[in-house]
Amino acid sequence: MTQTTDTAPEGAAMTGRSSTDKAKADAQGRRPRPAGRRRGPAARRTRSWRDSPLRRITPWLFLAAPLALLITFTYVPVASMISYSFTDWDGVSPDRENVGFDNYVQIFTRPELFRVFFVSGYYLAASVVQIVVALYFAVILSFNLRFRNFFKGILFFPYLINGVAIGFVFLYFFQDGGTLDSVLDQLGVTTDHPWLGDPTSANVSLAGVSVWRFTGLNFVLFLGAIQSIPGELYEAAELDGAGKWKQFRHIIAPSIKPVISLSAILAISGSLSVFEIPYIMTGGATGTQTFVIQTIKLAFQFNKTGLASAAAVVLLLIILLITWIQRRLVPDDKVDLV
Amino acid sequence: MTSPDLTTDTVKAHRAARRRLPVGNALTYLSLLVASAVVLIPLAVVFLTSLKTSKEVGDGSALSLPGNWFNVDNYVTAFNDGKMLMAFGNTAFILVFSIGGTVIIGSMTAYAVDRFDFRGKKLVMAGFLVATLVPSVTTQVATFQVINGFGLIDTRWAPILLYMGTDIVSVYIFLQFIRGIPVSLDEAARLDGANAFTIYRKIIFPLLKPAIATVVIIKGITTYNDFYIPFLYMHSEDLGTISTALFRFKGPFGAHWEAISAGAILVIVPTLVVFLLLQRWIYNGFAQGATK
Repeated sequence: MTQTTDTAPEGAAMTGRSSTDKAKADAQGRRPRPAGRRRGPAARRTRSWRDSPLRRITPWLFLAAPLALLITFTYVPVASMISYSFTDWDGVSPDRENVGFDNYVQIFTRPELFRVFFVSGYYLAASVVQIVVALYFAVILSFNLRFRNFFKGILFFPYLINGVAIGFVFLYFFQDGGTLDSVLDQLGVTTDHPWLGDPTSANVSLAGVSVWRFTGLNFVLFLGAIQSIPGELYEAAELDGAGKWKQFRHIIAPSIKPVISLSAILAISGSLSVFEIPYIMTGGATGTQTFVIQTIKLAFQFNKTGLASAAAVVLLLIILLITWIQRRLVPDDKVDLV
Repeated sequence: MTSPDLTTDTVKAHRAARRRLPVGNALTYLSLLVASAVVLIPLAVVFLTSLKTSKEVGDGSALSLPGNWFNVDNYVTAFNDGKMLMAFGNTAFILVFSIGGTVIIGSMTAYAVDRFDFRGKKLVMAGFLVATLVPSVTTQVATFQVINGFGLIDTRWAPILLYMGTDIVSVYIFLQFIRGIPVSLDEAARLDGANAFTIYRKIIFPLLKPAIATVVIIKGITTYNDFYIPFLYMHSEDLGTISTALFRFKGPFGAHWEAISAGAILVIVPTLVVFLLLQRWIYNGFAQGATK
């Protein structure tokens, strides 16, 4: 080790990748030369810095706070959630008993606990509608229409609105004599159907609200992907006599496949973790209870932390499984982050 | 769209060709108008309701117009009785700290991971990557115990820490951006005797501005809109954020739709203003955030 103590404070804290490269270059190519007349001190500094203990510490100084937060608020909860799930802990008392897989057995055998998975079905169907609608408008608005930005803004804006506000807007929308009834009345359809009154109708209504809220995000994602297709491709296709439908099928559809697959995965995990809209609008009444509402109620209202943890672990496993399947099916560098 | 060497005539011709639509023009516009109506009518009706008197709401149809377009009584009620001012204050407090924290945490992580080689780097990256897969909605049962252990339940620091500590998307936004900043800049500064922290603070951080803007916008809007975290962690009425304060309208205002509507509009207007001012950044930001 050729450490020069005088350069330690500045030199030691140099950044890594490039300087390591340079040090390598120095070590190999430039060795015959007397280590650079003009920038001699710097080169010496670089080399000595490479082995300095401070250099090894520097990245950890930057990572200390982020890693502490990551571990405390992601990994510790996951680990403790798994350990709670095998106990009958109530979340408060100091003692808890190990119950093995009993909580998991309960989730899959007690019909009233298992029912929430069927509610997800409504939201899953809704997200199919959502993706189709978003795709339609993204294709249309990728053309040069008049008022294009205006329509784009209108379609996207619901995604930005506060969920509680949306909940109230649609409570009024569906209420007896509310917005929906009045609009239908104007169109000549008189109905006094209680939209949130029975489980099927309520779930369909709530899923509809979720389409209203989230279509904008899918739409903007699709639009961005379509607009990144070079215009020459359409021109070439047109010269070859391809119609609009063929252009969609062979140019647009393949280019936005990764975004569609991403939306599909977000849709599936999203429809399993619906919380806000049904909780705000119905509180989970009339058969609209979702998995997350049930878990939150188990944990914080009925003090069944053990059972709630097991439910959360099941949801986590399902979501991990879906993500894994999606990455198997569509290997895509956009999703493969680093 | 077209290569620059084409004459203006062909450019025009191509533009015209691109402008032609797959379906008839009229049908396309009709579908857009229907979609706009579906988006706007529920919001417009709530806006109308917020201007009506209690009697007007009771008697008239939902679509009827308010008698006095400048009736702000409901807004005053919502603002005072709904404690909206306090809620905006709490939300602002949480926004400032959680956004500031996220920007610092995210950019430090990106700087450390992109600019240094160190043992355990792969493990650190994997740690952040796997965390993106864990939906925070599932882990709250246990996160609650962690926050409880710190004694932070029912303080504004609980949401701040959670927003700061669980935002992995912003780490990726910074990471992608920092890769585009030439390493030669770091080196030049280092030759001038700057240490790693000075390089981060004086060179990297200022150059990250566009990424910071993206993170601030996404984080700002999602934090402003979040209901779940404040609902779980801040029960006292004085600690209401705009979401939880609005949610509490459900009880005391019961069937007073004019007050509830005014509250909802109060919450929506700031979002609308921000959206109109920052449209372009918002589209890009959310597109970037969602594909991470």
